[in-house]
Amino acid sequence: MHLFRNIVFIAALVGLGAGLVLTVLQHFGTQPLIVQAEVFEQANAAKAEAAPHEHPAGAAEHHHDEAAWEPADGAERFGWTLVANIVAGVGFALLLVAASELKGGLTSWREGLLWGLAGFLVFTLAPSVGLPPEAPGVEGAPLMDRQIWWVATAIATAAGLALIVYGRSPLTAVAAVALIAAPHVIGAPQPSEPPAIPHALEHGFVVAVIVTGFLFWATLGTLAGALRNRFVEA
Amino acid sequence: MRTASSITRPVALTSAHALPILFAALLGVVLIAGAGFASTPALHNAAHDQRHSIGFPCH
Repeated sequence: MHLFRNIVFIAALVGLGAGLVLTVLQHFGTQPLIVQAEVFEQANAAKAEAAPHEHPAGAAEHHHDEAAWEPADGAERFGWTLVANIVAGVGFALLLVAASELKGGLTSWREGLLWGLAGFLVFTLAPSVGLPPEAPGVEGAPLMDRQIWWVATAIATAAGLALIVYGRSPLTAVAAVALIAAPHVIGAPQPSEPPAIPHALEHGFVVAVIVTGFLFWATLGTLAGALRNRFVEA
Repeated sequence: MRTASSITRPVALTSAHALPILFAALLGVVLIAGAGFASTPALHNAAHDQRHSIGFPCH
């Protein structure tokens, strides 16, 4: 039970720190773009709402998104983003620390940074190749299809990287390259409509998400390596 | 932890280590699923900006 407790304790601290850093980065990087994109999104939604649309018979439970609770703009919205960032940060930290414990645990901040870069490749870069991060107003393919592709791509990339680093034969290296390429050869589910926001905004958002993701993962890995090291010495 | 590892045999160590590591990873998956993938409207709206900003599929 000690090992479980130690992993959770380290991951909680790391996730808290990385989540805070991520929130600051987003506040200046992605958040202004989300607000800009929402202006277009709402204008388009209002246009669609004004156009006559029929609800099919038996669709009594049909409801529009506006009916659901959402945080008020300002402190409440920022607060929930902070909470969500920390929860996701702790989740990612648990995966990183647990995976590195399988290989005997992180021994330095530098080793942690390398694991963090692997996390960036697995959870930010690889999924973004097929599913570029979407600002509000960019309509994608059906959500479930995209979520499945996203998760499958992360798993395949993680397995591929592990085979490259820890595999012993050229054959495992070939399998690794095939695993990493497979999701992109199969292809991500694509949207049927072009984005409803300006191209420059759409592109700027993709860059902002990938850069903040890189810094988030670098922070997460470095913190995990430094803390794990301190923990063992103590 | 130190004393335990010096007493336990290496073979027993791996199996004793695998389970807590697996559970820690599962806990991580649950947290990521809640923050990034759950479709409950309230959860989605609370985490909305974070989902877009991390690059999780959203909407």
